[in-house]
Amino acid sequence: MKRRVIFLICLAILGAAGSGFESSLPVYTRQSDTTIFKVPANFPKPVYDFKGNRVSDAGFRLGRMLFYDPLISRDKSISCANCHQSFAAFAQLDHAVSHGVDECLGTRNTPALFNLAWQKEFMWDGGIHHIELSPITAMTNECEMASNLQEIVVRLNASEKYPALFKQVFHRDAINSQSVFRALAQFTSMLVSADSKYDQYIRHENNVVFTTDEQAGYAIFKAKCSACHTEPLFTDRSYRSNGLDKHPDDIGRDSITHQADDIGKFRVPSLRNVEVSGPYMHDGRFNSLKEVLEHYNTGVVSSPNLDPLLKKNGVLGIRLDHTEQLRLLAFLKTLTDTKFINDKRFQDPNKIKSK
Amino acid sequence: MKSKYWALISLFSISIISKAWSQTLPADSGKLILHFKNVVNGQPLRLNDTAVNYHNSHGDKFTINTFKYYISNIVLFDDQGKKITLPPAYFLINAADSTTFDPVLTHVPPGKYSAISLMIGVDSARNFAGAQEGCLDPAQGMFWTWNSGYIFLKLEGISPQSNAKLHRLTFHVGGVKPQNTIRVQTIPLKKELIIGAGQTAKAVIITHIDALFSGKNQVDFSRLSFTMGGPNAVLIADNYATSLFTAWEETQR
Ligand code: HEC
Ligand code: HEC
Repeated sequence: MKRRVIFLICLAILGAAGSGFESSLPVYTRQSDTTIFKVPANFPKPVYDFKGNRVSDAGFRLGRMLFYDPLISRDKSISCANCHQSFAAFAQLDHAVSHGVDECLGTRNTPALFNLAWQKEFMWDGGIHHIELSPITAMTNECEMASNLQEIVVRLNASEKYPALFKQVFHRDAINSQSVFRALAQFTSMLVSADSKYDQYIRHENNVVFTTDEQAGYAIFKAKCSACHTEPLFTDRSYRSNGLDKHPDDIGRDSITHQADDIGKFRVPSLRNVEVSGPYMHDGRFNSLKEVLEHYNTGVVSSPNLDPLLKKNGVLGIRLDHTEQLRLLAFLKTLTDTKFINDKRFQDPNKIKSK
Repeated sequence: MKSKYWALISLFSISIISKAWSQTLPADSGKLILHFKNVVNGQPLRLNDTAVNYHNSHGDKFTINTFKYYISNIVLFDDQGKKITLPPAYFLINAADSTTFDPVLTHVPPGKYSAISLMIGVDSARNFAGAQEGCLDPAQGMFWTWNSGYIFLKLEGISPQSNAKLHRLTFHVGGVKPQNTIRVQTIPLKKELIIGAGQTAKAVIITHIDALFSGKNQVDFSRLSFTMGGPNAVLIADNYATSLFTAWEETQR
């Protein structure tokens, strides 16, 4: 009897070893309490399945170290964090368009980074299909970090600190681009913003209540904005034209799909943390939320691809009177997640000694 | 005491079992080596050679500096017409690197085969599965960085007829949605290929570079010298869809 049991146990161990790391079940949690990927109660299932890349404490730290390391750029002058600043919800404050090596100005506004694990496509035009590959554009673009993958891998392998750190996380002797991407994804996927006043209100936490203005703003939002900026992520993840230009300089989604009815369409951005992530729109043309609301009120211009929701019953745009604008603003500010913005885990490890 | 003894025995038997498992496949399956020969105008491809005088079917002269393509999702058809799908494998054939010319297919069930089918490119499941390594490492230069996804086939060169800067030819074929450039070609083998248990057979595949520029859409370099995915890449993929490869002699070892 006893023998049989032991034999069965051994078989069980063998079976477990066989199933290995590539378990198809998403597993979000790991040892240390500092780096647990949790799905907020009011959020859907994430898109990223973490397959082959479960977030670990060491992996998260490694990803963060890379995110803050200018070694990645050609002239070692800028890191991811130069453009993606934690205090701006990882957008670039006061820059309409990105600002890369050699003072090069790009063509698009640096988006905020959060809730990336729920995104199926990346960039304003949706050109990137996977969170792990989302840094590849910045790494290689002549006007951003202007480097190339071979060079980045060579530098990391030659550095003093990285080989051991990578080995600890990925159990391999040499660093390759896959482990660089995976490490960065362990950091970027952890950037979850779901603790704004709005979230607490929705989840009935801490007895949070909306003020009269916020409540009224929320009602306006649901009536006039949420068809595109859909809760809880505040985007329906589609590509649309919200009437910025008659003849867009940047063709947007069309550069990916090569279809005329995608000219001038951009992805609907999330409105979480929008209070701190200005300037706004793909080209950063608006500096304040007031300007954005005035755009929807009076600035929407007609073009063949203008979204039908913005020309309902022959009326261009969305009428918003002064009071409605104030109330909408009050509501939009409830989407600011100060806990996320100030979260020490996400900040430069060289500046803040977080354990 | 006794239980310890049994634990040892069962551990030992496990190591035998697992060893047996790992050996079963190779023991009664064979291998197939594909040898790729890149050919233009009936001549073996020579890169960066300005004396070659290649011409397309439109009569435009050209030279080639880069030629690379992915092969994947390999399927064999046996003499009964039965389809045998080989385990997932991806290969990058790079004309500049002769070590890439002979991909080895393992786990080939013994049998008599009359045709082989190759996907030119990378299937979407793998294409959009995140960061890859080996020949699929984006550092191989076969991955678009602003519109992520693999370049399935890349030809770069020069033609005096090209109106691009420095008369360049740049044909990067790739993309799946909405313009699909994945092509699968089934190639009949000249002679039946017999693969025995534990044996290694070899098939020579000729890659006809001419196929890119003729067929469904004759290419005039003065009008088309640049594709980066999109509708123009489909023109090229449609050209080579059924004519990129032929099989030559097959030998057994
Ligand atoms: C020079 C400024 C700059 C640098 C440096 C930079 N980025 Fe970005 N990042 C941008 C811009 C601009 C975009 C949007 C590009 C577009 O839409 O075409 C972007 C987009 C992204 C996105 C997609 C976000 C979304 O919601 O679609 C991610 C993720 C990202 N960057 C991560 C990184 C990482 C990781 C690094 C460091 C390896 C990095 N970035 C370095 C400017 C930068
Ligand atoms: C038809 C869909 C649609 C509707 C309705 C809509 N938006 Fe937008 N919104 C978009 C798109 C698309 C963009 C990005 C456009 C671009 O950058 O080219 C955008 C951008 C924004 C931005 C800028 C965010 C950033 O990070 O740059 C804000 C703020 C905004 N919308 C607020 C609102 C508000 C408030 C309403 C309701 C009054 C609203 N939107 C209604 C589609 C819509």
